[in-house]
Amino acid sequence: MANKPMLPELMKTHGVSRRAFMKYCASLTSLMALSPALVPRVAHALETAMRPSVIWLSFQECTGCTESITRSHAPTLEDLIFNSVSLDYHHTLQAASGHAAEAAREQAMKDNYGKYLLIVDGSIPLDNPGYSCIAGISNLDMLKETAAGAAAIVAIGTCAAYGGIPHANPNPTGAVSVSDIIKDKPIINVPGCPPIPVVMTGVLAHFLTFGIPELDELGRPKAFYGESIHDRCYRRPFYDKGKFAETFDDEGARAGWCLYKLGCKGPTTHSACATVKWNNGVSFPIEAGHPCLGCTEPDFWDNGGFYKPLSVPSGDYRKMGVAAVVGGAAVGVASALLAKAGKAKAVQNHETVDAHDLEKSS
Amino acid sequence: MDCKHSSAKDSPEKDDVFSFVTTGNAIPFLHEIKHALEHLLKTGTESVIDLGAIPFAPGDERILEEILGQGEVDATLTIMGQSHVRETAIPGVWRVDHLDTNGAFQSRFIEITFLPNILKTQPEDAERGLATLVEHLGAIESIGKPQGDT
Repeated sequence: MANKPMLPELMKTHGVSRRAFMKYCASLTSLMALSPALVPRVAHALETAMRPSVIWLSFQECTGCTESITRSHAPTLEDLIFNSVSLDYHHTLQAASGHAAEAAREQAMKDNYGKYLLIVDGSIPLDNPGYSCIAGISNLDMLKETAAGAAAIVAIGTCAAYGGIPHANPNPTGAVSVSDIIKDKPIINVPGCPPIPVVMTGVLAHFLTFGIPELDELGRPKAFYGESIHDRCYRRPFYDKGKFAETFDDEGARAGWCLYKLGCKGPTTHSACATVKWNNGVSFPIEAGHPCLGCTEPDFWDNGGFYKPLSVPSGDYRKMGVAAVVGGAAVGVASALLAKAGKAKAVQNHETVDAHDLEKSS
Repeated sequence: MDCKHSSAKDSPEKDDVFSFVTTGNAIPFLHEIKHALEHLLKTGTESVIDLGAIPFAPGDERILEEILGQGEVDATLTIMGQSHVRETAIPGVWRVDHLDTNGAFQSRFIEITFLPNILKTQPEDAERGLATLVEHLGAIESIGKPQGDT
C-alpha cells in the first residue's frame, strides 16, 4: 500500500494544477455536505491520506448500485475518488474473472489485512447457500471471510443495508443485511435503491479524509440522511398551505403542488434527494412529478402501495407515518423508531399495484 | 424588479409555471448574504455559502439572479472543465460555479470576499511556472550558442 501514489502526486503526474486541486476540494467538500469552511482541512486530508485497498462484494443485488456509482458524469469527482483508492476487487468492473478474480481478492486481503475497506452491495441469503454463490463460495462465507480483515464496511444500497427487495415479504431466500451478520466491525449504511452517486462517493471521500462519519440510529451518515425529504422539499410550502395534487394530471399536479395525497413518503424518508438531486443535480423524483417511494428506509417495499398516502393506515409503516405527519416536528423521531421496529420483520399485508389500479385510484 | 411567486398565487400561470415556484428561502438567504457582507467590511472575514445545501426552487433562483445581478467581473477558468467566477452587481458578493468537462455543475457557491481565492495564482503553480520559464530560456540559450562551443 505504501508504494501507491497519493492524490496530489497523481494529479501532478496528470498535469493538474494546484488551482484545479482547490476546485476539486471545494466540490468534494460540497458533495460531502460539509461546510465550505472545511475546504482547507479536506485539502490537507487528501494530501496526506494513503490510498486504501478497497474490496467490493456484490451479493443478491441487481447491479443498480454499481450502475449508479459508475454512471456519474465525467471527468468527475468520482473518477478522482476512485483514483484515490485502490479498487482491488469488484467482479462487475474488474477485467479478471473466475479464479483469477478470486485470487485478486485473496491477495488484496493478505496484503492489506486489517486495513482495507470492504464495500458490500446486495443482501445475503441464509436459507440456502446455493441461492447466491460466487466462484462456489456462498455469500455468507465470503462476507465473513472478507469482513474479518476489514478496517470498516460500507453497506451500499438498501439490500446490503436492510435486506432491501430480496428481504421483501415473503423473503424466499431468507435475505438479511450485512449488519445482521457482522457485529464486530464498524458498518456505514448507505441505503437507497440505488443510492445517489455522489452520496456514495461522498461517503467514501469522507472515510478517506476524516474516517467514519457521524451516523444515525440506522447506521446512515447524518450528512446525507439527517433530514427527511419532506423537510428539504421545494414543494413543502404547498404542503404547509394545504395545496395537494389529487391526481397525476390535475391543476395541482401541473402547478407543482405537494404529492402527499398521491402517496409521497417524503415525510418519513431520510435522504439527500431534495438537495443533492439526481442526474448530476438536474432533478429528483418529486421534482419530476412522482411521489417519493421511501427507498432509503427499511422494508420500503412492504410498506403498502406506493400510491397510497401516508394518512391511509396500512400496516406498521403507515401507522408510524400517520404519527409522523400528525406529530409535525416529531417526523424524524417517529420515522427512526419506525425504521428500527420495521427492520425485524417484513410487513405481512403486501399489496401489488398495476396500471389498472392506478387508473382507478386517480 | 418583477418577481412572481406562485406559492402566493391562487391560480398558477399555465406557461412555464415551474419557473415561478419558490420555497420562500431566497429572501432569508439574501439576508444571510447581507450579514456576511457587513462582516466582511467590519472585520475582513470572508464567507462562503454552498448553494447546493439549500433547497431552492426555480423561482428562488430567479429572485437571486434578479437581485444579485451581474457586476463588473466575469472570469472563466479552464480547469478540469470550466469554472465561472462572477462578481455580482453587489460588489463583494461573488458567484462561483464549478462545472465538469461536460458543462454540468459540480458545485455552486456564493463567496463574500474582496477576491475569490481561486482567481489568485497559487504558489505551487507559480513555482511550476518558474521552472517552465527557466527550461524555455535554457532551450533558447542553447540554440543561440555557436557550434562547437559546448
